[in-house]
Amino acid sequence: MCLGIPMKILKIENDRAIVTAGQIRRSIAINMLDRVNLGDYVIVHAGFAIEKIDPKKAEETLRMLEEIQ
Amino acid sequence: MKYIDEFRDNKIARSISRAIFKEAVGLPHINLMEVCGTHTMSIGRFGIKDMLPENISLISGPGCPVCVTPKAYIDKAVALSRLHGTIVVTFGDMMKVPGSYSSLEKEKSKGGLVNLVYSALDAVDIAEKNSDKKIIFLGIGFETTSPTVATSVIYAKKKRLKNFFIYAGHKLIIPAMKALVEDIEVNIHGFLCPAHVSTIIGTMPYNLIAKRYGRPCVIAGFEPLDILQGILMLIEQIRSKKSKVGNQYKRVVKKYGNKKALELIKEVFSPKDSEWRGIGILPQSGLALNKRYNMFDAEASFRLPGIKTRPDTGCICGSVLKGIKTPVDCKLFSKRCTPQTPVGSCMVSSEGTCAAYYKYRMKT
Amino acid sequence: MTMKRITLSHGSGGKLMHDLIKGLFVKNFGNPFLNKLGDSTLIHTSVERFAYTTDSYVINPIFFPGGDIGKLSICGTVNDLSVSGARPKYISCGMIVEEGFSYNELEEITLSMKAACKKAGVSIVTGDFKVVEKGAADKIFINTSGIGEVFKEARLSVDYIRPGDKVIVSGTIGDHGAAVLLAREELKFSSRLLSDCAPINGLVSSVICKDIKFIRDPTRGGLATTLNEISMESSYNIGIDESQIPIKEPVKALCEILGLEPLYMANEGKIVLIVSAKSASKVLGRMKKHILGRDSKIIGEVETRRDRKVYLKTKAGGTRILDMLTGEQLPRIC
Repeated sequence: MCLGIPMKILKIENDRAIVTAGQIRRSIAINMLDRVNLGDYVIVHAGFAIEKIDPKKAEETLRMLEEIQ
Repeated sequence: MKYIDEFRDNKIARSISRAIFKEAVGLPHINLMEVCGTHTMSIGRFGIKDMLPENISLISGPGCPVCVTPKAYIDKAVALSRLHGTIVVTFGDMMKVPGSYSSLEKEKSKGGLVNLVYSALDAVDIAEKNSDKKIIFLGIGFETTSPTVATSVIYAKKKRLKNFFIYAGHKLIIPAMKALVEDIEVNIHGFLCPAHVSTIIGTMPYNLIAKRYGRPCVIAGFEPLDILQGILMLIEQIRSKKSKVGNQYKRVVKKYGNKKALELIKEVFSPKDSEWRGIGILPQSGLALNKRYNMFDAEASFRLPGIKTRPDTGCICGSVLKGIKTPVDCKLFSKRCTPQTPVGSCMVSSEGTCAAYYKYRMKT
Repeated sequence: MTMKRITLSHGSGGKLMHDLIKGLFVKNFGNPFLNKLGDSTLIHTSVERFAYTTDSYVINPIFFPGGDIGKLSICGTVNDLSVSGARPKYISCGMIVEEGFSYNELEEITLSMKAACKKAGVSIVTGDFKVVEKGAADKIFINTSGIGEVFKEARLSVDYIRPGDKVIVSGTIGDHGAAVLLAREELKFSSRLLSDCAPINGLVSSVICKDIKFIRDPTRGGLATTLNEISMESSYNIGIDESQIPIKEPVKALCEILGLEPLYMANEGKIVLIVSAKSASKVLGRMKKHILGRDSKIIGEVETRRDRKVYLKTKAGGTRILDMLTGEQLPRIC
């Protein structure tokens, strides 16, 4: 029910940030997140970052996926 | 694209598919419901049904805001767009949804002021730039979208905008799932739970479904590998006769969700009874603006007398959403009801169960 | 400073119109045929078979990254002639302009038509200019027709299509549709993506041979629609391998974000070819040598089954039917 795409934080200004994915950029709202840093990946839905992506857990999931026989 | 391409690898997809085949051997026929329309679309787009054994069926659930928005809502939105001095602003999703006699797309082609935006905050910008017009934003969507609309209301209040209104049609997913499992007709053995609604609400609320109603739940991401692993996790639970809440989408979804987003929803909205297209009124399943934001409430601010909503005849949207019937059971399907001439909303959204069936001719 | 604007008088047949035609159109498009300004143009040709086509161009916004409505109106007609196996020669141009339209923008559009004509090696030999009242048209509409001479080597028809023939696409898909979408300010995305708008007659003439069975340009409705048309007209199914379809990163990203399908996005400088299996790699090699064909790929083949459908082997390994587009694709959040 809700498209959300991983995009990388390029610039932060108060409760807004510039994010990018595949050379596309947009200014989005980051008021729903506690702390974001440059280079973080966030899930963007309708112009809002709704959550950060945890890179360690992403790797863990990928490793698990690769091990499925 | 990082965090997308890795989760579409076809070699890994094939091995998960093989694992699902192995795990499903000897099991009776199993119906799994993907609650969310974005899962439905992804399943179609990546040909996932093609990678599952015969005894595993995927049923599309009620998690598509376009599908569950009742006709009466569209009729009102159409009427709002016809008022003098108003601009109706909406996500593209709602443009083609048919009301009783018209749609926003049709109104726009007749010269009605209907603007399309990607974000609720863009609607606030439109209100700022058009102070002589009243901007009515169609607040639709589930828990993922409602905090974004709540933010737009808070911003509008900070900016003291007097010309920004929300027509709230937001829905909540847990009451809908509860209604499904309480219906004795429903034949669902497990739920594939939405990725991004769960990002907001967390894993906890599904305990009700898994523990009290004994239906396994697995939250999964929207990429093909996520979906396949989610299905595998559900079948593993069913095989070992367990019923708990699994989380495949750990890279994003946390136990308690996004607290800030939940606070935003609570600040602006409160639960209310709400009508779901084809299902009827479900208690405490929608959101209404809180009293202190009353001045932004389109329903409280505009009088719309004499709107008559025409009842559906022959459309079985409701049973389709409940997973009791499939689109091909409907006598209107692909005859009177097609993506070009949709009757029910399930045909309107490209994520709708009927549109997805029509588009991909899914295996039933 | 007041901007020079087009008024109803510019289209009324009087001196203003005469000056505009001489000073803008004849000056820029000038050639022996057009310069005569006759009621019709007498053209000559040395071949037996012609291709003749027409198309009208209405686009919002009229200027977009990588082109504008003028360039589009020449490329579109040149490309329609080219995919019919013809060498485009003569173009007609009818313009309908809304009262109040900026003269500078009209000049810019005219100059880009001039540049596109030069690139494609075609001449605008006859034309028409009308101004309508404000609100009766949206800024500017352009119609172009074109005549091309059919290549002797061209044997293009869906009737020649057979199972086993390969499907080649001449480069990345969806660039035009995505660039136009990005140019619409209300969505507020930015990128350096350009439309692929270009005349492809050079590419076609560099590869044309009798082993090419069919060519089409996947414009509105995109690659998916073109493949469906070919399947329906030839009656054979077509199998496509999604992983082989070239797509630029920004196009892919924009589509993921807005819930759109790149296979339905418009292209304005691409061709899809059906080529016999034995010559496919030879044709592909020649295409790759041309600047507009560098990213060419074999993306699938014609199948033996005849239920007139296109099957897509998805990136994840599943298979699904790739349908025609129903209605316009709208950005969505769900």
